[in-house]
Amino acid sequence: MMVRNLLLVGTKKGAFILESDGARERWDIRGPFAEGWGVHDMSVDPASGAILAGAANPWFGAAVWQSPDLGQTWTHSSEGLTYGDDEGAPRIKAIWNVIGANGALFAGVQPAGLFRSDDAGVTWQHVSGLRDHPSCPEWQPGAGGLICHTIIPHPTDAGRMWVAISAVGTFETRDGGETWETRNKGVRADFSPGPEPEFGQCVHKLIRVAGEDEVLMQQNHCGVYRSTNGGRTWDEITDGLPTDFGFPMVGHPRDASTAWVIPLDGGDKLHMVPEAKAAVWRTSDAGGTWTRLDTGLPQEQAYVQVLREAMAVDRLDPVGVYFGTSGGRLYGSVDEGASWSVVADDLPPIWSVEAHVVDA
Amino acid sequence: MATVMLPRSLVAILPGAERRVEVAGGTIASVIDQLDEAIPGLRNRVLDAGPTIRQHLNVFVDGQRADLATVVSATGVVHIIPAVSGG
Repeated sequence: MMVRNLLLVGTKKGAFILESDGARERWDIRGPFAEGWGVHDMSVDPASGAILAGAANPWFGAAVWQSPDLGQTWTHSSEGLTYGDDEGAPRIKAIWNVIGANGALFAGVQPAGLFRSDDAGVTWQHVSGLRDHPSCPEWQPGAGGLICHTIIPHPTDAGRMWVAISAVGTFETRDGGETWETRNKGVRADFSPGPEPEFGQCVHKLIRVAGEDEVLMQQNHCGVYRSTNGGRTWDEITDGLPTDFGFPMVGHPRDASTAWVIPLDGGDKLHMVPEAKAAVWRTSDAGGTWTRLDTGLPQEQAYVQVLREAMAVDRLDPVGVYFGTSGGRLYGSVDEGASWSVVADDLPPIWSVEAHVVDA
Repeated sequence: MATVMLPRSLVAILPGAERRVEVAGGTIASVIDQLDEAIPGLRNRVLDAGPTIRQHLNVFVDGQRADLATVVSATGVVHIIPAVSGG
């Protein structure tokens, strides 16, 4: 079957769409769209097929952009994306995650909160239950801000959803967003003195693995973790990786045991690849072991940083894996990470990458 | 009629918007409401919660720095100008 393989690339200066076919050898670039807007996340609404982009502009604020026709035309809205006009109410600075699920759209914002739209993104409503959690007054930002950066709907139960907030941790709702519970047990917070806290963990990226309703994984500021009970407890699976720090994590679209991360020097170091040698690491046994994948990636003088949303997989076979750097280079692998090549160069700093395959 | 000059970067993202728009006078708050009526979505780009004029936008009336309460005469000229910021 002929397919169009799209890479949706969010950058500091707007969105780009790279397009190839199933061979993934040549890529055409379109853009920038939402010109001048920093795009933290792009996705495709499964219900409508519209491309969604969570963005912010230094002068004009935050908004969700969308394109109904794979990038030909774009609109944006922030109507209702507000915590209100009361004095002291936080002002929304950016949209960090936007997804479609269960016939609605959801947006995670900075400062951390969740919004939903039931009219395809024309207007938005605050899912206030999340910020009503009693821990909210004590939420603290990470270096990137106090951000709700990941939204994961439960695959079969529309009332359930997980969100991840830096530097607060993972939350789950089981009642459609009315109430939320922390899901951080077993996750280290080495920067916090004392016993393991209920919240305050710095989750960097949260994923749900393919085909398993209750299996989650996360790349955290302090390690990599896997949960088999919807986040109620976490097991650390960092052993075998060169560092416990990193931002992105992606899972195989069909194999629940396979995932990829990009370890970086953490803590008070540079948050770049260790020893200036770029590498992606893959587990094929649910975190039991990890394999370094660096064929085709620079192994000297590579001061590479990859941010939390800037790695993606497509659904082709073999799976394509892609990541973008803060230096504006986009790498791709068409053999599940075994070898890599440059897909695009000299883009603005890359903040997000998403793959989307459509029938040609 | 009063005249409002909109920045290129704002016009570019609002369908139907033009750089030069004519409105009735009133306060800047009223002028922005009129603009939003003609160009849906403009208000959210110019105003933050509060409402207040967004931090990195400047509004001038007849060449003088203005706020939401500033009155625009029937022949006044309003400039909305992005601040020199960003990177």
